[in-house]
Amino acid sequence: MTVRVQIQDFDAGLEINLLRNARKDAGAVVSFIGQVRDLNEGDAVSKLTLEHYPGMTEKALEAIVKLAQSRWDIFDTVIIHRIGSLQPADQIVLVAVSSAHRGEAFKACEFIMDYLKTEAPFWKKEQTSTGERWVEAKITDEDARERWKK
Amino acid sequence: MKIKIFYFARLKETLKFSSEDLELADDAFANTLTLLKLKAYLANRNETWQQMLMGKLKVRGAINHELVDDNATIVDGDEVAFFPPVTGG
Repeated sequence: MTVRVQIQDFDAGLEINLLRNARKDAGAVVSFIGQVRDLNEGDAVSKLTLEHYPGMTEKALEAIVKLAQSRWDIFDTVIIHRIGSLQPADQIVLVAVSSAHRGEAFKACEFIMDYLKTEAPFWKKEQTSTGERWVEAKITDEDARERWKK
Repeated sequence: MKIKIFYFARLKETLKFSSEDLELADDAFANTLTLLKLKAYLANRNETWQQMLMGKLKVRGAINHELVDDNATIVDGDEVAFFPPVTGG
């Protein structure tokens, strides 16, 4: 398991190759990249600033990966989440999961993202034409996580 | 007892506190300090604290880096944190 919280950008291709090459019995690597949108709630966004809770963030992400490992037979997982000041189209987060077959990796990757969105202590603040504002948590993100509990 | 409290995002910005060390009388909370009791104690400081911790805004809490609910118990030496619902990813 690799969990990193960092200011600098990441090379998703490199991370995915590391994951692929680590296990010759892996038949699938599923990855998700989240990036900064230039539009939110109908307003143009020019900058996004990400804050987190050092110490808790890493623990929360590791706990989410462990939860995914307990549900699916996955081999390895990489989570990289950026913090600091980002521009539209900048990468925010990478989640990549390897497994023997695609089904497990697809499900685990989505599960990790749904839990990350609702339980990992990150907060976004966006710069729009009318000023700065904190991004509000969405009920649809809560719903996405809750469906895994059914 | 002594605890450390961290504030994040909107709470940090509005309360103008990123963290504080708090010393509380051991018998101040009928011997059991819950997250809710701590919130109410802090909200007592002034109107802004009241609004941020006990108002309409949803506040989440953590003790020693674990998300907890209002009934969670705080003990001496704990690291407590208050923050809005998370918005990463």
